[in-house]
Amino acid sequence: MSSKTKSADTRNTDDSKLLFTSADWDFETLKATYDAIEDIAINEMKLDVYPNQVEVITSEQMLDAYSSIGMPLMYHHWSFGKRFVRDDVMYRKGYQGLAYEIVINSNPCISYVMEENTIVMQTLVMAHAAFGHNHFFKNNYLFKQWTDAEGILDYLQFAKRYIAKCEDRYGFDAVERILDAAHALMDQGVNRYSHPEKPNLAAELQRERDRAKYEDETYNDLWRTLPQPDQGDQDIDELKRKMRIEERRAQFGLPEENLLYFLEKNAPSLQAWERELLRIVRNIGQYFYPQKQTKVMNEGCACYVHYAIMNSLYDKGLISEGAMMEFIDYHSRVVFQAEYDDPRYSGFNPYALGFAMMQDIHRICVDPTEEDHKWFPDIAGNNEPIETLKEAWAHYRDESFILQFLSPKVMRDMRMFMIDDQSTSPHLEVGAIHNDNGYRRVRRSLARMHDISVRDPDMQVVDVDIRGNRQLYIQHTEHEGIRLEKSEAEMTLGYIGQLWGYGVTLQAVDYENGEILHEMNYKPEDLAGN
Amino acid sequence: MLYIVDRRKNPTGKSLGNRQRFMRRAKAQIKKAVENTIRSRGITDTTNGDQITIPGKTLKEPGFHHAGRGGNRNYVLPGNKKFVQGDRIARPQSGDSGAGGSQASPDGDGEDEFQFTLTRDEFLDIFFEDLELPDLLKKSLKQTTAFRNARAGFSVEGTPSNLSLVRTMRNSLARRIGLRRPKTVEVRELEEKISVLQAKAEKRPNGKLTKADDTKLHTLLADLEEAKRRMKAIPFIDPIDTRYNQFQQIPDPNTQAVMFCLMDVSGSMSEQMKELAKRFFMLLHLFLHRKYEHVEVVFIRHTSRAAEVDEDTFFYSRETGGTIVSTALEEMKKVLKDRYPTDQWNIYAAQASDGDNYSNDGSKCTALLAEDLLPKCQYYAYIEITDEREAEIFSAAEGETALWKAYAPLASNNPRFALKRVTKAADIFPVFRELFAKNRAEAKV
Repeated sequence: MSSKTKSADTRNTDDSKLLFTSADWDFETLKATYDAIEDIAINEMKLDVYPNQVEVITSEQMLDAYSSIGMPLMYHHWSFGKRFVRDDVMYRKGYQGLAYEIVINSNPCISYVMEENTIVMQTLVMAHAAFGHNHFFKNNYLFKQWTDAEGILDYLQFAKRYIAKCEDRYGFDAVERILDAAHALMDQGVNRYSHPEKPNLAAELQRERDRAKYEDETYNDLWRTLPQPDQGDQDIDELKRKMRIEERRAQFGLPEENLLYFLEKNAPSLQAWERELLRIVRNIGQYFYPQKQTKVMNEGCACYVHYAIMNSLYDKGLISEGAMMEFIDYHSRVVFQAEYDDPRYSGFNPYALGFAMMQDIHRICVDPTEEDHKWFPDIAGNNEPIETLKEAWAHYRDESFILQFLSPKVMRDMRMFMIDDQSTSPHLEVGAIHNDNGYRRVRRSLARMHDISVRDPDMQVVDVDIRGNRQLYIQHTEHEGIRLEKSEAEMTLGYIGQLWGYGVTLQAVDYENGEILHEMNYKPEDLAGN
Repeated sequence: MLYIVDRRKNPTGKSLGNRQRFMRRAKAQIKKAVENTIRSRGITDTTNGDQITIPGKTLKEPGFHHAGRGGNRNYVLPGNKKFVQGDRIARPQSGDSGAGGSQASPDGDGEDEFQFTLTRDEFLDIFFEDLELPDLLKKSLKQTTAFRNARAGFSVEGTPSNLSLVRTMRNSLARRIGLRRPKTVEVRELEEKISVLQAKAEKRPNGKLTKADDTKLHTLLADLEEAKRRMKAIPFIDPIDTRYNQFQQIPDPNTQAVMFCLMDVSGSMSEQMKELAKRFFMLLHLFLHRKYEHVEVVFIRHTSRAAEVDEDTFFYSRETGGTIVSTALEEMKKVLKDRYPTDQWNIYAAQASDGDNYSNDGSKCTALLAEDLLPKCQYYAYIEITDEREAEIFSAAEGETALWKAYAPLASNNPRFALKRVTKAADIFPVFRELFAKNRAEAKV
């Protein structure tokens, strides 16, 4: 805000230069405004973006897109319907507004804007989505590494058709059963370390056909008539048994943290199409994996970009003071952070935290204090705020970004404090606050809160009793005694059992000493009960 | 580098498929919620869609998540006001666990009640489905028609009262002009001119006109005679001129219906029985509402006296006294006569009772029904509500209540009259099946 008031005097106030004067928009104004924004984004900020495609939709279409996790194309599932009816009620009753935009990480980058928006809002949205998010998508290493902006829409098209076909052929219930189970495991369906192959529509179709063909070719009715294998391996001595376990683990590539992948490849009783459904859910989960890890940065980047662009437009006299006021109203609502004792509080607002940090980095580069020189010797006073930010946007994710760039000033401004919650203690303790003693600990703790590998439980497939009763062993490594949410874990285990088709054991293992803490079992008989 | 695409014309409702899948998934809960809603609503107000609330639990989408509490953890909160390092805070009660909550489950409201709005059709579908109505039934309700006169052009014959003056006079005028019938004014002018000339002749000494005037007078006289002859030959109105308004009888579908709810409210009817009766009335109302544009409901309750009351009084106020059913039928007859002429209204009636009646009243009821009411009604349903335990005894003993005994013979030979015994909500439907079956039978004949 301060930059705005400073520049107010030097501002060009020739009304004829204004891009728009009323609240309404039409396609020409939209285009002219976009060109003005693009000029600033590309020539002044030197952002690197995918070509843009702005699509105008109605609020109803926005609701539609909303409920299918923001994608323009999505297969059908009741959980999306659930989201839809909930959002619908919230929206109609006025409890909740709709998002002003949705942006898709694709090439070209598609931004949806609502027809109800005023032209100021459209300007804000284009700056925010079409340049802010777009730049982030194109440059952040996680997105580069994990998602394929070129292929995603094709892939979703394939997925939608394929699932609709399955519904026709095998019935809603059969498809729903698999999708429910797959959705429950979506968070455990991503490869965290290896590089996924890029999906490609033609190759996908071909692979699917090959799989079906292979099934047809190798089908032999005799297999059904085989007697059940012998139970147990009692006659084999201990050593041999251990060797076989090793062998087996190697054979299945265990331990495997991608539960969905493991089930897709190894579940004995799944049909080919069922495996394909698991793969689809897995691929979509993988596509969203980077977004989950970069919420703060992504929104921070987009907010920083729209704030800079809007101010620049204003300074050039391209938008009026009234428009600027309207923008500031929207902006301040977006980056609002409720305090912990506020009834509106529901965790850190990624927009607020992200924007505060980006602005702070800008400040450190341009106008550093003594403290900044001490904390950020590399960037303090380098006078290259945009270059510095672009570096950060490209090479960090939330966790590492916070760890690297959260400054004492932001911690003080947001009055952050850290709570220590020890289960053995009857009360909570304030472990650190925003002072010299506490900065580093607060920062480390906040970074961990944004670390997806800490937030999501550590789950692995560890063993399969392949020659026995085909019991599947899944292990949850418990850190710091934090357990799984029991009722949900039981239901999810049931879903794994459904896919696996045989018994499943979930063991909680202590991270420190490898001790088995407790066990949960799923027996296939339970299936009959459902 | 920019493409702007206007997607507003694209089909909306992409989520419809998802919504349907969701409805399928939550069917049991939705059904229950609909039942609850119906219980709490008035009869006439069932036809709007409604907001219903179902427990979110069954729609849970589980996953492996960390539990919200337990273990050793630390987290950062914004907005510190007074804390310094080392301060101790009482553990917040579950429910508002600070940042712990956000870690617990990203979909934190999963357990909450889930509220959404059903469209009217969805609501009705679920309601009817609950009673397991065959789809056909919903469409096969009987419909009476009245006739009304509609203009259907003109004809050359008809009764004088339907004479179309304008058309007739138009034809007549055209004919008179065409045949050059002299106008009355023209004749009068001729006569005037003649009388002027004749007066002139009398003034003359010899009583004769000049030669020129004489010739003129003769011409005039001849003209007059000719004109008079034509007037006589060409009538002012000829039968060929006449045109009559023509009317046609057009069947006029009756779009309004009245539904009579008759109920015994004497002490022997328990709340539960009334509840069943209410469901039956409601169903009938829904039916009629789907069929007719305008449906009115008349509530008549009776003990030993009958009175027309409003809905609340009907269902919820109690009265004691004996039971004389014919009073209610009398009342219905009176209301029918006063307010609902049969040519304008489709009349439906439903009577609910536990079957008690004053012992000598049966024949009177039968007579009233057979002579006065049934001929006017589209359909008259009698449901007898009995206790489940009683029902067993009755069915074992073939026991019949007083009213049943009186009505049974009437029902056997009157297709518009149905009677049914009901012990629980699910029994209500067969009454409608009966109506359905009878209509089908009639259609075959």
